[in-house]
Amino acid sequence: MDIVFLTFILMLSIFLGFELISKVPSILHTPLMSGANAISGITLVGALVSAGADESAFATLLGTIAVAFATINVVGGYLVTDRMLGMFKKKEIEHKK
Amino acid sequence: MSNSLVINFSYIIAAGLFIFGLKLLGSPETARRGNFLSALGMFIAVVFTLASQEIIAYHWIIIGILIGASVGAYAARTVQMTGMPEMVALFNGFGGIASLFVGWAALFNADLNTFVVFTVFLSILIGGVTFSGSLVAWGKLSEKIDGKPIVFDGQRLANSLLLGAIILSGLIFIANPGGTSFWLFLIIALALTLGVMAVIPIGGADMPVVISLLNSYSGIAAAAAGFAVNNNLLIVAGSLVGASGIILTQIMCKAMNRSLTNVLFSGFGAVKKQEAIEGEVKPITAEDAFYILEAASSVVFVPGYGMAVAQAQHVVKELCELLEENGAEVNFAIHPVAGRMPGHMNVLLAEADVPYDQLVEMDDINPRMDTVDVAIVIGANDVVNPSARENENSPIYGMPVINVDKAQTVFVLKRSMASGFSGVDNPLFFGENTRMLFGDAKESIGKLIREFSN
Repeated sequence: MDIVFLTFILMLSIFLGFELISKVPSILHTPLMSGANAISGITLVGALVSAGADESAFATLLGTIAVAFATINVVGGYLVTDRMLGMFKKKEIEHKK
Repeated sequence: MSNSLVINFSYIIAAGLFIFGLKLLGSPETARRGNFLSALGMFIAVVFTLASQEIIAYHWIIIGILIGASVGAYAARTVQMTGMPEMVALFNGFGGIASLFVGWAALFNADLNTFVVFTVFLSILIGGVTFSGSLVAWGKLSEKIDGKPIVFDGQRLANSLLLGAIILSGLIFIANPGGTSFWLFLIIALALTLGVMAVIPIGGADMPVVISLLNSYSGIAAAAAGFAVNNNLLIVAGSLVGASGIILTQIMCKAMNRSLTNVLFSGFGAVKKQEAIEGEVKPITAEDAFYILEAASSVVFVPGYGMAVAQAQHVVKELCELLEENGAEVNFAIHPVAGRMPGHMNVLLAEADVPYDQLVEMDDINPRMDTVDVAIVIGANDVVNPSARENENSPIYGMPVINVDKAQTVFVLKRSMASGFSGVDNPLFFGENTRMLFGDAKESIGKLIREFSN
């Protein structure tokens, strides 16, 4: 893949990101941030290759540390976002007396 | 070849799920499903990557994932909602350090060209800054280090020198790349120092801006790592996160009427002296407050971080129910920078079972504030300070605030007459229609609840 192609993807995703995120209401900004934490754990995908490629011991070490940190983000981020979003409830239509 | 084709198609599906997941985050009703879809996308991407032919050995991967998953799951389960800002700050840092290591490990690949080395440099630089900056932010948020801005003479000069040194060593490194090069270690050390230097001059009250910005950096670092390892999913996901952080940063800055440069470079709190406000505060007892509340038909709570500190959100909800049974309309007016991170108050109130349709944004409540009978300010100060509107000499002049002083009556729940986080005096406390209910917020509300049940 060449530089132009990757940069093209970068530009389109940034614009898409702006469009999507500006529609998120302010009451959901905290879950948005923790969800974004989880998504930024995508480095896990890059880290997996480094940790498993068996190129040099040092690269494997670096990859393994990266896998551990990125997994914390992925697992922790999605779980805590789910926990938070589960708390947001709409008012019951019939008001209990 | 076909193997990498399959993996790349799985990345397209994953990217699609991330995007759709973020779209569903646009409404509280669909948000949980959106988060699930996003997680599904991540799962697909990871599983297909594991099938990659480049991966030969799995034991280190398994060890890394086991450690990460158990730490992550434990943290997600046990974190208190008041502690969310600290957790997000830490996670930003972890994202940064992961990108740093991924970029570093990419140097051991066989085919290195100048562009790849340049992106490795970027992912190490941004990842390092994100990591150490986030650790400082985490320390300030959890009060492990002093939240006051640290400013010293020559700070800008020191930072410029630091930046210059990074660029210089970056150039040398790009000319002679190597996974164990001296210049590489120097860059890492300088990047970590820069992260610390970038966050120490920023005061505790500006933390919502800082975590939003670091959130953005962690995404940008992931995108840079994506260039380094030639992976377009990292670029897509990283830029989505980067864009998200930047938007939140903008919203936070706007809500404080300050430019980003102002937040980043000038320690707030070290503000010019202003004349003290003359006037008399009018304290009120819980009993008298109860009589006013009983007669009110429209009540607005204005919570601030002080509510979270006093852990008063559950009693507030209880009082809210009593008021509703009494026939009053109750809402919660939430300022964008209330709390220590964007949307923090909303989560705390949601945890206390306040339905989200009762959470009202500042711009929606201000036009109808004069129809509100009682506004109850709990642990908020600067976000309800009328001098932001009226006093041009006030350091917070121009910041949009919730105009509680326009309500018929204002109750301010406050421990004592100390000034707020920014150290700015608040004329609201001396207002004609303001009554001060002194004491711990949780206890004061508890007293009101007891008055209601009598």
